[in-house]
Amino acid sequence: MWEQIRSNQTRSMILVIGMGVLLLLIGYLLGIIFFDSGLGGLIIAFIVWWIMSLIAYYQGDNILLGLAGARKISHDDHPRLYNIVEEMKIASGLEKVPDIYIIDDPAPNAFAVGRNPDKAAVAITSGLLQKLNRDELQGVIGHEIAHIKNRDVLLMAISSVILGTIVILAWYATRFMFLGGMGRSRRSSSSGGGGGQIIILVVAIVLIILAPIMAQLIYFAISRKREYMADASSALYTRYPEGLASALEKIAASTSQLKSANQATAPMYIMNPFRKEGRPASNLTSTHPPISERVRILRSMAGASFTDYEQVYQQVHGVGKGVIPASALALSHPTSLRPAEAEAAPQEPNKTGRARETSDLMWRLGNYKTITCDCGTKLRVPPKFKEPTVRCPHCGRINPV
Amino acid sequence: MIAVYVIVGIIVVLLVIFIAIYNRLVGWRNQVKNAWAQIDVQLKRRYDLIPNLMETVKGYMKHERETLEAVTKARNLAQQMASAGAGERGKAEGELSSALARLLAVVERYPDLKANQNFLALQEELTSTENKISFSRQYYNDSVLKYNNQIQMFPSNMVAGMTGFKAGEFFEVTTEEERKAPKVSFT
Repeated sequence: MWEQIRSNQTRSMILVIGMGVLLLLIGYLLGIIFFDSGLGGLIIAFIVWWIMSLIAYYQGDNILLGLAGARKISHDDHPRLYNIVEEMKIASGLEKVPDIYIIDDPAPNAFAVGRNPDKAAVAITSGLLQKLNRDELQGVIGHEIAHIKNRDVLLMAISSVILGTIVILAWYATRFMFLGGMGRSRRSSSSGGGGGQIIILVVAIVLIILAPIMAQLIYFAISRKREYMADASSALYTRYPEGLASALEKIAASTSQLKSANQATAPMYIMNPFRKEGRPASNLTSTHPPISERVRILRSMAGASFTDYEQVYQQVHGVGKGVIPASALALSHPTSLRPAEAEAAPQEPNKTGRARETSDLMWRLGNYKTITCDCGTKLRVPPKFKEPTVRCPHCGRINPV
Repeated sequence: MIAVYVIVGIIVVLLVIFIAIYNRLVGWRNQVKNAWAQIDVQLKRRYDLIPNLMETVKGYMKHERETLEAVTKARNLAQQMASAGAGERGKAEGELSSALARLLAVVERYPDLKANQNFLALQEELTSTENKISFSRQYYNDSVLKYNNQIQMFPSNMVAGMTGFKAGEFFEVTTEEERKAPKVSFT
């Protein structure tokens, strides 16, 4: 298991190191422009990066879940969801069941956070809970658990912190430049630096402006790689790639946009939350591989193993362009897919049933009390309501609270 | 003198390799043990759920005494086999799985039962436990396969042979009935 995680990381590590180099470079250039000393800039860049890393490491998951407005649920709030997460935890061999959070948002999406597998959490939107059936939900949860198992969550956190630092430094640098904060360097260049220094300055400015874009491109490249790997792992855990494929299709077909996402958190979701309003996701999404391609690969798999995924991937992208690390492939062994109906499926609520179930859950999480009147009407009593009885607006019966 | 150094060097390198392989084998073996414990947890959970299910179902299913008894009998038998090896245990658990599947199939005939909230909750737990059993079995068998491969492949087979690592046993549910069991759909 360890070799797999390690070599998963090596390719992505190179990209992360690339981002780190970019960060050092921008720090150095800032130093040259503002303090006439590259070292000073390096130190500032390092301090900013260090502070952000500490915050991200200790508070990152809370901040992210808080930003998304996620609320934690237990087994009794939604037994089916909880059971599915536990099933996938068992299939992946994780030690601990991750915490489960719900985001009240009709746009179907999901993400995973946590600095290590013991402190991990998965968050899914109420829209996802409503739209997906059991098999599909299993596929999505398998994908998220794979992010935790493969340590992608930590990797993405590290790279997003570097990205964030670069963006902050570049932002302040450009502000200061326009406000005329370049006095020092201007003075030094006029005092006899000559043409060479001006060229360095111009290059530095261009680089500072370009750095955030470059860093973002690298960040997205890391993200895309991990998505394929997580898809392959989900197929392996569930032995049923069709579940994830059909879930991805449903998610892609949805036109609602996630309210709480922003550019920095976008790569964490199972599906890029940013796409043009009112339009289904296109193949041009850059944080994630094209959905249609992910679906096609999942649907063409002959078995459930990594080798099967790799084969189809190479058919799509050309031989030699693999996505699964060699060491994971070496440990892979033939695994057959499970037939569509082979798994025990409890009487599953249909679309309306799921919608009702989810809205019940969301009301309950908001501390509303639900009273079912004899006429069948559901009364939602807000937590502030203090009267002992409530009158049903439908039939006029008086119900005790 | 140089020859001595070379020989000592080779011995040290071999020893390091030996220790590394040995530790890896222990890691694999622990994973197998751990995976087995996971199956155990889920099988026990199923034993615990069945009496509850019987209580709930009893009142509704007056005419299904045989089916109900078969489940109880299979459960007790499986519980007795709990300390047996993976092979024998698999057989007993297979019987229990098919007895349960038969029971849940006849539920179709009792609309009142299907509307019972208590039963629905139990059914979700039970079927999810079935899934968990098969997922933990899947993980266990994968772990055993990888572990056995390590034991049989060169050079780790030499270390395994010297230090007494034994191949793991697969956990298969082997009842003829289970293999042929028709898919039960509850919708």
